[in-house]
Amino acid sequence: MEMYRSHVMICKGTGCNSAGSERIAQNFEAELKKHGLENEVVVERTGCFGLCALGPIVIIYPEASFYSQVKPEDVEEIVKEHLLKGRVVKRLLYAETVAEDKIKSINEVDFYKKQVRVALRNCGVINPENIDEYIAFDGYKAIEKVLTTMTPAEVIDVVKRSGLRGRGGGGFPTGLKWEFASKSVNDKKYVLCNADEGDPGAFMDRSVLEGDPHAIIEAMTIAAYAIGADQGYVYCRAEYPIAVKRLTIAINQAREYGLLGDNILGTGFKFDMEVRLGAGAFVCGEETALIASIEGERGMPRPRPPFPAVKGLFGKPTILNNVETYANIPQIFLNGPEWFASMGTEKSKGTKVFALGGKINNTGLVEIPMGTTMREVIFEIGGGIPNGKKYKAAQTGGPSGGCIPAEHLDVEIDYDNLIALGSMMGSGGLIVMDEDNCMVDIARYFLDFTVDESCGKCTPCREGTKRMLEILDKITEGKGEKGDIEMLETLAHTIKNASLCGLGQTAPNPVLSTLTYFRDEYEAHIKDKKCPAGVCQGLAKYFVIEEKCKGCGICAKQCPVSCISGKPKTPYVIDSAKCVKCGVCLEKCPFKAIVKQ
Amino acid sequence: MNCCCEANSKPFDKLDPVFDKYKNKPGSLISVLQEAQELYGYLSMETLEYIAKNIGVEASKVHGVATFYTQFRLKPVGKYLIMLCKGTACHVNGANLIEEAICEELSIREGETTEDKLFTLNNVACLGCCSLSPVMMINGETFGKLTSAKTKEILRELKERQSSDQEVDTL
Ligand SMILES: Cc1cc2nc3c(=O)[nH]c(=O)nc-3n(C[C@H](O)[C@H](O)[C@H](O)COP(=O)(O)O)c2cc1C
Ligand code: FES
Repeated sequence: MEMYRSHVMICKGTGCNSAGSERIAQNFEAELKKHGLENEVVVERTGCFGLCALGPIVIIYPEASFYSQVKPEDVEEIVKEHLLKGRVVKRLLYAETVAEDKIKSINEVDFYKKQVRVALRNCGVINPENIDEYIAFDGYKAIEKVLTTMTPAEVIDVVKRSGLRGRGGGGFPTGLKWEFASKSVNDKKYVLCNADEGDPGAFMDRSVLEGDPHAIIEAMTIAAYAIGADQGYVYCRAEYPIAVKRLTIAINQAREYGLLGDNILGTGFKFDMEVRLGAGAFVCGEETALIASIEGERGMPRPRPPFPAVKGLFGKPTILNNVETYANIPQIFLNGPEWFASMGTEKSKGTKVFALGGKINNTGLVEIPMGTTMREVIFEIGGGIPNGKKYKAAQTGGPSGGCIPAEHLDVEIDYDNLIALGSMMGSGGLIVMDEDNCMVDIARYFLDFTVDESCGKCTPCREGTKRMLEILDKITEGKGEKGDIEMLETLAHTIKNASLCGLGQTAPNPVLSTLTYFRDEYEAHIKDKKCPAGVCQGLAKYFVIEEKCKGCGICAKQCPVSCISGKPKTPYVIDSAKCVKCGVCLEKCPFKAIVKQ
Repeated sequence: MNCCCEANSKPFDKLDPVFDKYKNKPGSLISVLQEAQELYGYLSMETLEYIAKNIGVEASKVHGVATFYTQFRLKPVGKYLIMLCKGTACHVNGANLIEEAICEELSIREGETTEDKLFTLNNVACLGCCSLSPVMMINGETFGKLTSAKTKEILRELKERQSSDQEVDTL
């Protein structure tokens, strides 16, 4: 590789890219050329740095100056001042890195201090479209070690000893899964990667694929060696064009370097892989549905057993792991399973990536050791709630999960603790809600999602979730009745017990969890016909402001249900019991004397 | 005159290389449909039937797969495809109000296309830029930190751009 005196790293993850980082990269290239610096300073387009809230982000090495919220027109100044004259442009630095007398290293600021980057270690560090950079950071060393010095049984033993559990949500021990598949005897086996990332509001897997695609290729090759497979597929969401593009480039580069193909590293081991695009169905994240989808069928789950390890893709033994699970694998072989197992809690080892979103200051991507508390993640790393609002709950596990209320903020994050609270780890979406969010509305939101995504094969999920949604609709529209909560609970338990796949079995969780912690909000909707957070439209009330009302009577004439009464020239009154909330009065009042609350 | 009857007699020519590409690959129906949609913008009944005939799969199965996955569109889309994020982060930051604004401005609902064939509204889950929520994407360009007013402004600008384009066309 060429040597440069400075490296300008520009985040091209989806967040920063959407905020215009390509323009910034192009401006850098143009400005550098203008000043004749193009052979001294290199511009690198990298994966996500994590702190998406402050994007677009530019980091300049060797000083590691962290510029945030950079605009295309700032580039000229950065090039002239920083790269030409060696003076850091303080005004554009991430404020947290600027202390009174010095500039702090990025690892000292709250957002990064408690993070440990294993799965994300190369994201934002290397150019993902250049295999040499991955190799320079110990890339493909693990596969070399595995293929030249270890037997498949030893490989499985290392993964088992590391304690790694599936990061796709279920938390199944990865080594055990590999062992099952290795014991199935067959002439053909498959290794699959689940990059379908269905949780709406989560983007961990996409960031890994965008920032470090070679790590996934290397890990899948290791898995293939362990179980004796020669073909792999990455099943990736079609909505992730950048990830697909980078992964495809990476696969081609790996083939050119002899790291995929018929004779990997000259050892005679054979493995190749391709990318398959998902077509937008949440249920295809479920393993048997995903397999059906790769086979070109409708993505409907089937009962298990037989498990995919015995009978999977095209009827052959198959393993399926999540992107983040794979991203940990090369590191486990490089640093040893003991190193990995030294992080985390008793039953959950290593780290977990979370996508922080919603009402939180530092939205973005964080990776923390298992056992870090929710409070640390939200208030230290995440920087707390914006606009001085009060924390209400955090939702993990997406449509299959639940919420963590304020009284449980000190829970240490691991698989078992979150399940004990009625939520789950999920794939890593973590959405924070404040006092302005209505928990009934959130439950309704997730149910609406699952009703839409239910594949329709089994009745409890197809019909049951629909009935639950109808009740929630009623409640949020202010038509809730006594007995609704109990009906929700009965339905929830039936659906959980009787559904065919994980989608139905977990679909009622958001409702059950909000009922556990925020039952009072449900009751306020049903009994008092009030939405305490003021979110639910149907519960909005229309009022006449007496001081502003001139008594013209236009509202009363316009009201389709005649619920407004009064005498001319005196303030009118709306009878909220009769009001259908059409909003006509508000629109027609010439004095803006009617308000919605 | 710009006659297109010749092109029309073999409207699916463009698909032949796609069939060749996937000929010996098992389970490639979804990939074929994806490429067909890429080529034609949507999958008409005729396209589906043509695909069924050429890859030797029953038409009912092709139709079943095409209707199962939300990615496949069986109706043509407008010039501007609005993908409104309804992911969780966008939801808690008020994506519903943005949807209302779009519906009001364009008089369409989710899944529909405006009469002038200019806009189609599709709701999607998480576009991956939750830090910018609420977010929408129009023909690949992302618009973040939306408010009702900002959304309407963006749509109006696109409409204006369109009418000035048309003026240029007729000149
Ligand atoms: C409805 C449903 C959706 C799922 N979605 C995903 C997903 O988007 N990504 C994922 O990795 N796993 C998802 N899973 C879990 C997978 O079925 C599977 O357990 C996982 O990919 C296995 O990999 P792991 O052991 O490495 O976690 C989903 C499961 C269900 C039931
Ligand atoms: S939830 Fe809308 S971009 Fe993620």
